[in-house]
Amino acid sequence: MEKKLPPILEIRGLQISFKQYEKGFSQTELEVIRDLDVCVPAGEIVAVVGSSGSGKSLLAHAVLGILPYNASVKGEILYDGEALTEKRVKRLRGDEIVLVPQSTAYLDPLMKTGVQIRKGKKDAASKERLHQIFREYELKQEVEEQYPFELSGGMTRRIMNATALMGHPRLVIADEPTPGLHISVTRRAMEHFRELADMGAGVLLITHDLELAVETADRIAVFYAGSTLEEVPALAFQSCDTLHHPYSRALWNAMPKHGFQPIPGTQPYAREMPQGCPFGPRCPKYTQECSEKIPWRQTGDGRVRCIHAEEAQ
Amino acid sequence: MILQAKNVSFQYKENAPLVLQNISFEVKEGERVGLRGKSGIGKTTLCRLLAGYEKPHSGEVLLDGRPVTEYRGYCPVQMVWQHPEQAVNPRRRMYTVLEEGDGIPQEMTAKLGIEEAWKQRFPAELSGGELQRFCIARALGKRTRILLADEISTMLDLITQSQIWTFLLEEAKRRNLGMVVVSHSDDLLDRICTRIVEIG
Amino acid sequence: MKQWNRRKATVLILVISILFLVTVAAAGSQCSDAARATDFSRKNLLPCLEYPFGTDWMGRDMFARTLKGLSLSILIGVLAAAISAVIALVLGICAATLGRRADGVITWVIDLIMGIPHMLLLILISVAAGRGLKGVIIGVAFTHWTSLARLIRAEVMQLKESPYVKIAGKLGKGKWYVAYRHILPHLLPQFAVGLVLMFPHAILHEASITFLGFGLTSEQPAIGIILSESMKYLVLGKWWLALFPGLALVVTVIMFYLLGENLRRLIDPNSAHE
Repeated sequence: MEKKLPPILEIRGLQISFKQYEKGFSQTELEVIRDLDVCVPAGEIVAVVGSSGSGKSLLAHAVLGILPYNASVKGEILYDGEALTEKRVKRLRGDEIVLVPQSTAYLDPLMKTGVQIRKGKKDAASKERLHQIFREYELKQEVEEQYPFELSGGMTRRIMNATALMGHPRLVIADEPTPGLHISVTRRAMEHFRELADMGAGVLLITHDLELAVETADRIAVFYAGSTLEEVPALAFQSCDTLHHPYSRALWNAMPKHGFQPIPGTQPYAREMPQGCPFGPRCPKYTQECSEKIPWRQTGDGRVRCIHAEEAQ
Repeated sequence: MILQAKNVSFQYKENAPLVLQNISFEVKEGERVGLRGKSGIGKTTLCRLLAGYEKPHSGEVLLDGRPVTEYRGYCPVQMVWQHPEQAVNPRRRMYTVLEEGDGIPQEMTAKLGIEEAWKQRFPAELSGGELQRFCIARALGKRTRILLADEISTMLDLITQSQIWTFLLEEAKRRNLGMVVVSHSDDLLDRICTRIVEIG
Repeated sequence: MKQWNRRKATVLILVISILFLVTVAAAGSQCSDAARATDFSRKNLLPCLEYPFGTDWMGRDMFARTLKGLSLSILIGVLAAAISAVIALVLGICAATLGRRADGVITWVIDLIMGIPHMLLLILISVAAGRGLKGVIIGVAFTHWTSLARLIRAEVMQLKESPYVKIAGKLGKGKWYVAYRHILPHLLPQFAVGLVLMFPHAILHEASITFLGFGLTSEQPAIGIILSESMKYLVLGKWWLALFPGLALVVTVIMFYLLGENLRRLIDPNSAHE
């Protein structure tokens, strides 16, 4: 297994901060994503798993260049081995790079759904493809002629998934594509992502749902309070012993089927981020060194950002 | 107390398709009932009906034999919503959320992992999981007898999820609360509920 | 952080415009006599050091007249806009809370008023109300509330449906609690901005109808009167009679507009953190 081609998407040391006013006149930079690394090779599904408020949706927005006006970005975003500049992303998005968004408010309320999904294309092939996708997503034919407000939440979501999959994208970014969907439809969507990956696309799946990620993804990046803490093959989540970071292990233990055991504490808010390892204050293995910058460390088929990882094995 | 839905049907507008059709369902104090069903089948709508936020198009929702929408003042049936960001006023500080509840003791907020400093903040300065803890505390006032939980932990990470459910389970047992739990996770329902109902 | 940022700029503009407006209003009310004093020994003077805006054909000091006119305009503008905003607030809230029928009637009135040409209605009301200061204030007040009322109606309707308001109801909180604790905090900023942005309109419209002869009587040195009188002398080459009062009016209006626009940017979440 030699990897000669550069990965479709590689993100190194991504930082996103927001300029905000405090009380009165002073402005501060609120750092929401502090240190995010993720790599999406062609033909693979990579899941970024993190809880709400960890800033993971911003990752999708940063790649697509649609962050709000008061955000600033540092770090590298490489697409096909080259920096993804604002100009380049404008040319590529919607075509080579597609987003399956989180909010159902992304559909144009004044356009019939069928037209939106075909992106205005009227040729026979597009129409045929549309029908095929509708069948796969259990959507009725008449939905094509309906406007978004006539659809239920679950239907809207299925349509957004369908929209992304119409063309032949090389990079699919799915931001929480399935909440509120029934398990069978969720599976169908995931199969679809798999098909796209098999055709050579890279899929970046951003989700809070660890179980879903373990089931569908090839690799999983564990994301916590603005940093990636561990990156492992999805198989590593089969057992607690193949996980290295204490946070990943805590996640594993908290799965309902593994005992549903909580650890105390909460993810720190961006304004009170501890120095060094963000998990430090909740970590049983916390030592003085954890408050310094934590380097990546290779662990077999993955990597982890924890200086106590070896003891954890 | 007993909360019953009798042959309830519901539509959002006249001539709109029925969201719920002839549903009957009941929950007593001390019971934890899981609701399972396909997406779009109307689980959220059923919760809103049970909590008295909507009136059924036909059929009735009764709390101890009286329509739940007729209860004035504090309603013994309280619901926790799926999206905590929408359930708190963005312009008011978090302690006001607790004040709005019915005598929320400090021990409860402590057990829920709510830190004192959070109470002085605005909603935008807290994460979804932190906000949801406030919403849960608010719904668990002294006079609450039945709690409806509509996918309250879907958007939260697993650790927060298990913290919240561990607390809720203990609280429900201690106070003999009735509970209706909607979740897409069968593992979760199996863990929490005394009984599971399939709708649709 | 000592950086220059939008909030500081906004507050600076706010202070400058308020200072300007207050000064003009105060100075104007002090020179009522000077504005009326005629002195034929100094008629038709070009702007000079002693009379920065020149004098007119009756030897009246144009600077004093302009100041007096502006202060009248500001007074009328503030009063009329305040009345208008209160009407908007009351009707907007009524439309949103008193049920479908009240909403229908109020929305109909709003559409009606918006459908009639603004100036026409303004003139009609102000003439019917007896012209003069009272007529103008009533006219302006009754024609300017519509869009703010619509805004408030929409805002209240949306708030009424928001989950936190519904939850408060189930927690046994009464209507007044909800109105005071939940609705008002959202309404106040909108209301303030709407009010301030109404000032420039009110002032311009006051000047317009006075200029057309339906507003203040010609004894009062209102800007509209000054401008309409100066018209006759423009062809005689007395340009300063219209230029300076006209400019002063424009500056006043711009000041109010800046004030409102900056307030709005501070409050609007889409630009609050710039």
